Amino acid sequence: MSMRNCFWGLMMVGAFSAQAEVLTPHLGKPASKELLSAWSNDIFPDGTGLPAGQGTAAQGKVVYQQYCQNCHGPEGKGGSADELAGAAHGLKDNPPDKTIGTYWPYASTVFDFTRRTMPLDRPGVLSNDQLYAVTAYLLHLNNLLDQDRVLNAETLPTIPMPNRDGFVSNYPDGK
Amino acid sequence: MSKDQEFLPVAGGGLLDRRLFLKRSLSFSTAVLIAPNVLADTEDTRSAWMQKPGAPFSNYGQPSPYEQATIRWTMGNSMAPGNGVSWTPLHKLEGMITPSGLHFERHHNGVPKIDPKQHKLLIHGLVNQSLVFSMDDLLRYPMQSCYCFIECGGNSNAAWRSEPIQTELGYFHGMASCSEWTGIPLRLLLAEAHVKGRAKWLIAEGADAAMMNISLPLDKAFDDCILAIYQNGERIRPEHGYPLRLIVPGWEGVVNVKWLRRLHLSAMPTMARNETAKYTELLPSGKARQFSFVMEAKSLITQPSYGYKLEQHGLYQISGLAWSGRGKIVKVEVSADGGKSWAEAELQSPVLAKCFTRFRLPWQWQGQKAVLKSRATDETGYVQPERDVLLAERGEHGYFHYNAIVSWEVSAEGGIRHVYA
Repeated sequence: MSMRNCFWGLMMVGAFSAQAEVLTPHLGKPASKELLSAWSNDIFPDGTGLPAGQGTAAQGKVVYQQYCQNCHGPEGKGGSADELAGAAHGLKDNPPDKTIGTYWPYASTVFDFTRRTMPLDRPGVLSNDQLYAVTAYLLHLNNLLDQDRVLNAETLPTIPMPNRDGFVSNYPDGK
Repeated sequence: MSKDQEFLPVAGGGLLDRRLFLKRSLSFSTAVLIAPNVLADTEDTRSAWMQKPGAPFSNYGQPSPYEQATIRWTMGNSMAPGNGVSWTPLHKLEGMITPSGLHFERHHNGVPKIDPKQHKLLIHGLVNQSLVFSMDDLLRYPMQSCYCFIECGGNSNAAWRSEPIQTELGYFHGMASCSEWTGIPLRLLLAEAHVKGRAKWLIAEGADAAMMNISLPLDKAFDDCILAIYQNGERIRPEHGYPLRLIVPGWEGVVNVKWLRRLHLSAMPTMARNETAKYTELLPSGKARQFSFVMEAKSLITQPSYGYKLEQHGLYQISGLAWSGRGKIVKVEVSADGGKSWAEAELQSPVLAKCFTRFRLPWQWQGQKAVLKSRATDETGYVQPERDVLLAERGEHGYFHYNAIVSWEVSAEGGIRHVYA
């Protein structure tokens, strides 16, 4: 229970061998294809997991105004919810502006978080096309995407995010 | 040894030897919150409640009506009331276990009302066999308890501000609580699914409206994580993750995923919003710390603290909490003179790894101005830093993982305020 970092590797080896010795009832049932399909929603920075669909910033502006603007303010400048665009300061300024454009390292995160969590009052309501569109609009507001460029599973992972290398990970091997 | 000799201070500002508690019963003064004690002028043979039968039995006990002020303070977003926090009133509690009803909350979109008969846990990804478990399945597995704190990565964030906030301790350091969590060691279920060698991360997802997800390194999952079903002996409360919560001892609260429904074994982290845009600490260099999971050693004097008033001169008990996400607390020192001198506090047994540890020290207050501080050291040798040291390392905009020493200034009148000292 109190093993330190440097022993975790050893602990894993120990854990694997110990598992065989602990009797467990093996009550788990094989997951059905339907369940795996319905629940496998993780999206990765390389685009793995992105669904079919597409949208542009011009289309996304309409989605944003309907579902997002009430909390995030006009053009993502913030309101009762986070500022998403329009940073007036950099990350070394006082105070820093942490927007999608200045801080978020991956465009995939914008799509994933919006799909799983937003809008807070009706999560799950947006179609994949609407999600691509509103993601495109947020990237456009941060000067990262032309307003007519199509965002989809192929183009989204190629968006060059300015703060891509801005993080010092405690687990660098994980990237 | 005369009484006077025995009460010789062991450090500046009136701190006394911690062993005095053990030697004799001492006559203490009591620091009071706002209203002074009121004692009756005459003494009845029987108090009113001794003159008639008491209340009958109850199906579920509640705190005394005289303790209605011992509550969580809540703060939700006005546009989204389920997105916010509530704080544990640490300044009003004793011991090391937080009552479940006072355990802090951080929800990203409210508390789901989950039917345990319909809840399931999916383990999939880089495993030989994807598995689904019902709650009835999980209740048959071998369980164990972990007594551990959970602290939000954003706890104490008001302390980054340039001016010390004047509010009760729990309402800016109280996103930390401690429970007995009972459930299934995660490694047992991972073993049943047979994790593939390429798997390095575990992505956990909750069944709340935010469908909150987070990535964990797999070594931690195999070390001491628990799929908790019980909290403090009863089924987990809805706001703490009913019916199933991932407990990740010593690591920031956000990875202790509530309402757990899915574990995805992966070669990479998903880079969720809560491990990139949030729960990362921006440094003065413009770079940010990421995956800084461990909550480092921290301590707080809970009594006396802001909001208490020392009404009389005399002997007081300084009481507080210390914890470390790396293991056991081995020492807590207390200063009453702003850090010029320190005395070692008594640690209450049991002292457990990654768990709240209660410390106490007697203190003689005769109206002297004082600045009270506590400083924790954990079993790795890590020493809780002073605030200026933490800020020199991290700057002012890290927001998360604040663990610096907290200072209370006591005036000649016995008033207490929060200071940076």
